[in-house]
This record gives sequence, structure tokens and C-alpha cells, in this order.
Amino acid sequence: MTLLRHLAVAVAVAIVVGLLTIKLNYYRDYQIAQIAAYVVAVAGLTVLIGLTGQISVGNGAFMAVGAYATALLQLHDGWLNSLGITGTWQIVVILVLSLLITAVGGAIFGMAAARLRGPYLAGATLMLAVAIPAAVADKYAGVFGGDQGLGVAVTTPGFLGTTFPPSRWQAWLTCAVALTALIALANLTRSRLGRSWRALRDDEVAASLAGLNVARLQILGFVVSAACAGLGGALLAIVSSIVSPGAYTLTLSIGLLTAAVLGGLGSLAGALWGSALFVLVPSYLTNVAQSHGGKLFGLSSGASPFVPIAAYGVVLIVVMLAFPSGIQGGLRRLFGPAAPLASEPLSLLRRRGPASEHQEEDTA
Amino acid sequence: MAEFIEFTLGGISAGMIYAAIALSLVLIWRGTRILNFAQGGMAMFTTYLALLVVNHTDNYWLAFVVALAAGLVLGAVVERVVVRPVESRPPMNAVIVTIGLLILIEGVAGMIYGGQFKSFPPGYSIVGLRIGSVALGISRNDIFITVAVLVSAIALYVIFTYTRVGLRLRAAAFNPAVARLLGVRVGRVLTLGWALAGLIGALAGVLVTPSTFLYPNSMDSIFVLGFTAAVIGGLDSPIGAVVGGLILGVVLEYTGYLGSDVVLLFGLAALILVLMIRPSGLFSTTASRRV
Repeated sequence: MTLLRHLAVAVAVAIVVGLLTIKLNYYRDYQIAQIAAYVVAVAGLTVLIGLTGQISVGNGAFMAVGAYATALLQLHDGWLNSLGITGTWQIVVILVLSLLITAVGGAIFGMAAARLRGPYLAGATLMLAVAIPAAVADKYAGVFGGDQGLGVAVTTPGFLGTTFPPSRWQAWLTCAVALTALIALANLTRSRLGRSWRALRDDEVAASLAGLNVARLQILGFVVSAACAGLGGALLAIVSSIVSPGAYTLTLSIGLLTAAVLGGLGSLAGALWGSALFVLVPSYLTNVAQSHGGKLFGLSSGASPFVPIAAYGVVLIVVMLAFPSGIQGGLRRLFGPAAPLASEPLSLLRRRGPASEHQEEDTA
Repeated sequence: MAEFIEFTLGGISAGMIYAAIALSLVLIWRGTRILNFAQGGMAMFTTYLALLVVNHTDNYWLAFVVALAAGLVLGAVVERVVVRPVESRPPMNAVIVTIGLLILIEGVAGMIYGGQFKSFPPGYSIVGLRIGSVALGISRNDIFITVAVLVSAIALYVIFTYTRVGLRLRAAAFNPAVARLLGVRVGRVLTLGWALAGLIGALAGVLVTPSTFLYPNSMDSIFVLGFTAAVIGGLDSPIGAVVGGLILGVVLEYTGYLGSDVVLLFGLAALILVLMIRPSGLFSTTASRRV
């Protein structure tokens, strides 16, 4: 029943997106494809933080892994061709392989970090976010193409005709993959695993007393979120047709986190709102800045690239102050019945004595 | 042997910068249980102010004092204006607010000063010192950096341990409710903690910028390493922050010998290794687990 409902929602979204891509111009198609790529990564992160209660400030590194896996698999696609896998099917196979490769990476990191909580986990993932792109950029330039990176090419399938705009095909492809991933995540969060994660998030000790394997569940959380980040990275590689270390910096990792929290932690719809803001707000403000000849607010022309950055910072602060549980939480409060939100685990709502005040330190 | 001394001393002076950032993060963490992601951005901004003073007056020490004072004020203002409203909210909200603040500060700095790399003068000579023919790997300025950070760390220790203000700071951090009942004005004390953290961060900014150039993102990587140092040492321990900074500085300096590109990977490895043995850092007093 749940599966059917998720499928129905996905079909509705697919129809809307399909109409949008036909109505809107090429640049909007490109943006839709970008949002689709980010939404997968953000959804993985929102599941990790909102459901398992762990934090990652380093999912940009997993996106880089997925993106480079895609580029390298496409570069060395001889064995796929010899298996008779070509064209669009080849892209799909490469995406699945990239996802699996990143999932393995997530498992390795998850095992190393299984004992870490709160800020210590944040520190470890933050270091991951800066170390991986730096190593890729410099150390193995021969394999990864150094700062220039590697190219990724997608051809429009023949049955759509030669005049079909490539950007629209990319939007369709990325949105189809993103919707599939979101359906999978939606079912996963309502499965036995999702319930176990929630139990773990709300009370680790109670969960382990109830027979849940805490370490295994946490590593699984990292695997799922890394796999999503990898798939998102692979989609982003397809959208931007190039993979270079400059695109997978700390800024990206932090951007994913902000998108997940802005949208509303633990909510897949929230992941969509967050990703849309993350893509659209800066590009809209860049357009505004440029249409004023780069002289917004009487600033020098060198300053205009920084206007969208500053504005995104303001958006983050204002949304967090006005809608503490993110956009989806705000929508629920405005239109829906009051529901307990994922960003407020039960342990925070519980009445606290002076002794437990000090034990809360691991919840960041 | 000569190289060993060179790398060790170089690592210590580099580690002192990470220690300063780590100290400021620990101050804030102890007081408000918030990770201040904007610490590096705030330090970058105060360094811009210092550069402004240097360019106008040509007086390094005046600029130095201005940076520290600006850090003090900025820390207090940030706590009062944007952090106070989220202190009672879920911890992720505070994290996102400080990230928003970081992005805002970097954007504003870019809007005012542009994105160009600017050089910032060191306090003392940066010519490498030698004993006879042996290079020590450090300069007078590196000694100044080490001394400045150590002095501020010791000053913080004295303030926290031996003064009434320090007692209030510790009481507010240990248990806000009880501290409030005992007459500590917890709100003011928290603001003071943030102000002190802003000062230490500003110090790190002024000290490190001569070797990194100044631009809106110039403190990002320093912040990450400072955060790593704080995590290695244990976020509750000021001593841990200094030790963590030293460990990280020396490890990065030694591995830099193998190639500058793998330095951060070794930093990650060192961090994971320490945390696998002690999941709450080297100097954590209790194995704190949320129950």
C-alpha cells in the first residue's frame, strides 16, 4: 500500500517535471537536472541525520567518489561495450556501478567512524570532505586528470530524433534516476530498517537493549547516505559533463548539509525544497546582480559574485530562526496536523534533571 | 637529525595556529554546546580590519590590537544576535546558523574587499633561523606565534581556574540552571565566553595570514584543521586543544616531507586513529554517552 502511494506520488511528480522541461527553456532544463542530482545526495543525508541521528559534514567527498567512478567507468568502457552494453543502458549500468562503489566507500568510513558521536563525527567527516578532493587533485593526476578533471558525455538516444534538445534528455534522465532513488528511500525509511534507525536515534541504549545491533545500523546508515551521495555525484557529473576536484570542495559538503536542514531533516520532500533553494537562490541572485551591470547596491563590479553568497547566508539564518524545523516542518505547521518532527528526538523533549543536562553533549 | 629538528619545530609553530582555533572552539563548546563553524570566517574578517589599519597607519601593533578587540566585539555580537535565539533549539539548528553566518561573513567580506589575494605583514622577520649551518625551520615570527598562543592559552587557564569570572564561566558551562539559581547571570557569561573565543580566533587569523594571504575563504582550511585539533584533543579540554594542535601540526609537517598533496589524508588518518582509540578525544574526562 505504501509502495503504491509512493509510486503514485512519483508518477505525479514525473508528469509535472516532464511538462516543465518541455515548457521551460534549455537553461531551466539544466537547472532541473542539477536539482535532481542534488536531491538524491541531500535525501541520503537527510535520512542519515534525521533518521539515524548521525551527522556527516563530508558527503561532498562521497559525491566526488561517485562522480569520478562514473567518469572513469565511461573512460574505460571497453569491457561494457564487449558485453553489448552501450548507449543509454551503459549510462544506467555505470550509474549503478558508481553507486555500489561509493556504498563500499561509505561502509569503510562508517566502520572507522562507528563509535563516533555528534561533534566528533562532524570533525571526522569534515576532514574527509577536504582530504579526498585534495588527494584526487594532486596525487594521482595521471588517473584523475588533475585540476582539469575528466569529461563525461551523454548522447541523446536515437528514438527521440536528432532535434531533441540534449539538456531536456539530461533532465529526463536525471529526474528518472532521482525519482527511482527517492521511491527506494521512501520505502526504506518505512521499512523495518527505518524503524530501527528511529529507535536508535531516539535512544541508543534502549535500542540496543531491544536487541538492535547499534554499530551495524549506524554503518548501514552511512552506506545508504554514501550510496545516495555517490549516485548524486554521478548524476552531477552527467549534468555538468565534467568531473573536476574544484566542484567537490568543502563548500559542496556544507551546502548539502544546509540543504538538508533547510528543507527539514528526515523529510524527503524537504530534501527537494532544500535542493531547489540551493540551486535556484544563488543563480537567481547572480542574474539580478548581472542585470544591474554588476553594480548592485552601488558596489564595485568585483563584488557582485559575492552578493549571492552573502544572501544564501542570510537565507540560512532567517529560515533557521523562523522555521526551526525547516521548510517542510514549516509547511506541516501551516497546513497539516501537528506531528512530532524528526529533528527533535524524544530524548530532547524528555524532562531533564540536572544530571542528564551534562550528558546531552553528544547530540550535536 | 637536522631535518628532524627542522620539521619538528616547524610543525610546532604551525600547530600553534591550529591550537588557537581549537581553543576558541573549545571555549564555545564548553559554554554553549555549539560548534561554531563561523570561527574561521570571523577571524578572516577581523584580519581584514587589521589590514585596513596597517595600510593606513603602517603600525603593525596597532593593527594587532584592533584585530583582537574586533574579535572580542564580533564574538559578543554574534552570540547576542544570531546564536542566542537558537541556543535552546535542536543542536543542528545552531550548526546551520553558524554555517549561515560563515557564508554571510565570507560574502560580505568579498563584497567589501573583493576576492583578490592580499598580503598581510608578519609581526617579526620571517627569515629562517639557523644555528651555525643547521636550519631550524622556524623564524622569529614563528617563535612569536608560538609564544603568543601559549601566553593566551595560559592566560585563559589562569582566568578559568583562579578568577571569579572564570568560576562563573565554568559554572555556567557545567550546569546553566544551577548556576542561574546561585546568582550567575548565565546569559552575560555565555556572551563573555563567545567574546573570548572571538579574541582567540582573531589572534589565530592575524598570526596565520602572513603565510596564507588574505581572501574571503582564506581561513577555511585553517578552520578545518583547528576543528580537527579540537576533536583530537577532546572538545571539552583546553589543554587538549593545545596538545591536539601540536600533534596535528607535527604530523602534517612530517608527512609534508612525503608530498604536500597527501598531507590532508594523513591528517584524516591521524584523526581517525585517535578517535578509534578514544572516541571523545585524547583529553576527555568521562566516556560521555547520551543515555
